[in-house]
Amino acid sequence: MTTPSRNSTSRRGGAHHPLLELTLARLREFIREPEALFWTFLFPIVMSVAMSIAFPSSGSPVVRVGIEPGASADSLRQALAASKDIVVRDVPAADQLRALRNGEVHLIVVPGRPPTYRFDPVRDESRLARLTVDDALKRAAGRAEPWSAHEDLIQIPGSRYVDWLIPGIVALGIMNNGLWSIGFMTVQARLRKLLKRLAASPMRKREFLMAPMLSRLVFLGPEVAVPVLFGALVFGMPVRGSIVNISGVAVAGALAFGSLGLLMGSRVRTFEAISGLMNLTTVPMWVLSGVFFSASNFPDAVQPVIQGLPLTALVDALRGVILEGSTLQGIGSELAILAGWTIVPFFVALRIFRWR
Amino acid sequence: MSVDLAVRCQNLQKRYGDVVAVNGLSLEVRRGECFGLLGPNGAGKTTTIEILEGLLAPDGGEVQVLGLTWLSHERELRQRLGIQLQETQFTDKLTVEETLRLFRSFYDRGRSVDELLGLVELDGKRGSWVVKLSGGQKQRLSIACALVGDPDLLFLDEPTTGLDPQSRQQLWGILRRFREDGGTVLLTTHYMDEAETLCDRVAIVDQGRVIAEGTPEELITSLAKPKVVVHEGTLEDVFMSLTGRHLRDDA
Repeated sequence: MTTPSRNSTSRRGGAHHPLLELTLARLREFIREPEALFWTFLFPIVMSVAMSIAFPSSGSPVVRVGIEPGASADSLRQALAASKDIVVRDVPAADQLRALRNGEVHLIVVPGRPPTYRFDPVRDESRLARLTVDDALKRAAGRAEPWSAHEDLIQIPGSRYVDWLIPGIVALGIMNNGLWSIGFMTVQARLRKLLKRLAASPMRKREFLMAPMLSRLVFLGPEVAVPVLFGALVFGMPVRGSIVNISGVAVAGALAFGSLGLLMGSRVRTFEAISGLMNLTTVPMWVLSGVFFSASNFPDAVQPVIQGLPLTALVDALRGVILEGSTLQGIGSELAILAGWTIVPFFVALRIFRWR
Repeated sequence: MSVDLAVRCQNLQKRYGDVVAVNGLSLEVRRGECFGLLGPNGAGKTTTIEILEGLLAPDGGEVQVLGLTWLSHERELRQRLGIQLQETQFTDKLTVEETLRLFRSFYDRGRSVDELLGLVELDGKRGSWVVKLSGGQKQRLSIACALVGDPDLLFLDEPTTGLDPQSRQQLWGILRRFREDGGTVLLTTHYMDEAETLCDRVAIVDQGRVIAEGTPEELITSLAKPKVVVHEGTLEDVFMSLTGRHLRDDA
């Protein structure tokens, strides 16, 4: 075999290096599929907007209180309406449990002397409602205040839920796009006997498996930039890390989930099976990895497992670089975990891959 | 083994569970010839050709292709063989040219993409997505992908199944030109007229073994006894008399 010359494309009759051709093929297949583009770019934005509506980022949270209609309900209503943080509505006794359960109201006040507060103390917002209502009613009843503290109201950028959430959404996007696009395209190529045909050519199998991972990196730029910019411009999310560090983390995440996607798709022969396998892998991580609520809510005993999950590592690393401006050394252990999830699944996939 | 054999296999065995697909099959394909593997559905043709193509490992027997074995020379063999499989569906949303370019990139030597497009008469379709091609055009693309590395030996598994007569003729023309350039062809088919037209020699396979072998003329003279005066013997008669007239459902 001749050594590749500078003019090596002519040796391949006008074609580029096989790894480049395989990557281009994946990219073309992807961009010619409008649904895939939609999910990649719109999903994170829709998700962020929905979350920001559900969890307002400024102003004190409003307390929703239900009053049981009765004799002295009117004076109670007036006393509560004086407080701008409280929204009042009437809730007859028969509807109270349902209203509390659905979060329509956080607390029920039953008129009386003294009144009765009906609520479930497990809910934080109900405990908050109890304190706010109690304060407002006692003040209206003429309680003498020993003193009144000065309130210094500030906003700490980066501490709001939406700031914390957006890096999680970015990580979720990297996971879903990596697993689903690579897993599905692989199963489709197997069903269409294309894998078998490729295996009959001199194509290097390692290059075939690397191509989808490389093609993922091309779309990673917009995929991460869109929700991060959206967060920064619309919600004023602070971006404290450099673009280089954020990109580095995103690439590490995309490679890890690309590699896992290959492993998922390495043997499976039906779309049903790959869907099941994907859900089995991703759903636990949606819950465990601290995307929507902190992973520290889970007991210490399972923390080593949770911290070893690729999504946990990616979420933590992204929050580190975006919100805290961590250096790459600062998130070294997360990057090491992602590297492990890149290398091991890739070589396992290469070994067990089913070409027919 | 003699250098003028392109394929030589002896006593091939392959079973899937309880089903014996190939049962002691032996054959030799000479360089430069077109060799046809004929047989009813489930006779073991595809299994045999896939073993020869190095896609399936046999349970027993020996295979040499171009004087080399799959175990010791897989990479070299892959560079020198052209393979067309039954039912390959290329990526729908790649164009003809992109598909050919992809396959071309795997080979160290071979024809240019433009040359191939001319050879299989797909110039006009170079920018069309694969999904928009007709059955005959898809099949020609498949042949072009098999010819892309300028192979010494071409394996074709039922290359004209499902094609209209024009497309078949066109494909036969491509194969004739490949042969004129010195190429060797091993194909499977269940069209007897195709075998008679294209093949120098044929082997009839049933139940995983070769039950007759020779040039189409030899087989016709020795085995097809004309039943009525007006009816000349054909390879079809040979085939039916050897493999019987009952239907073979896909195994």
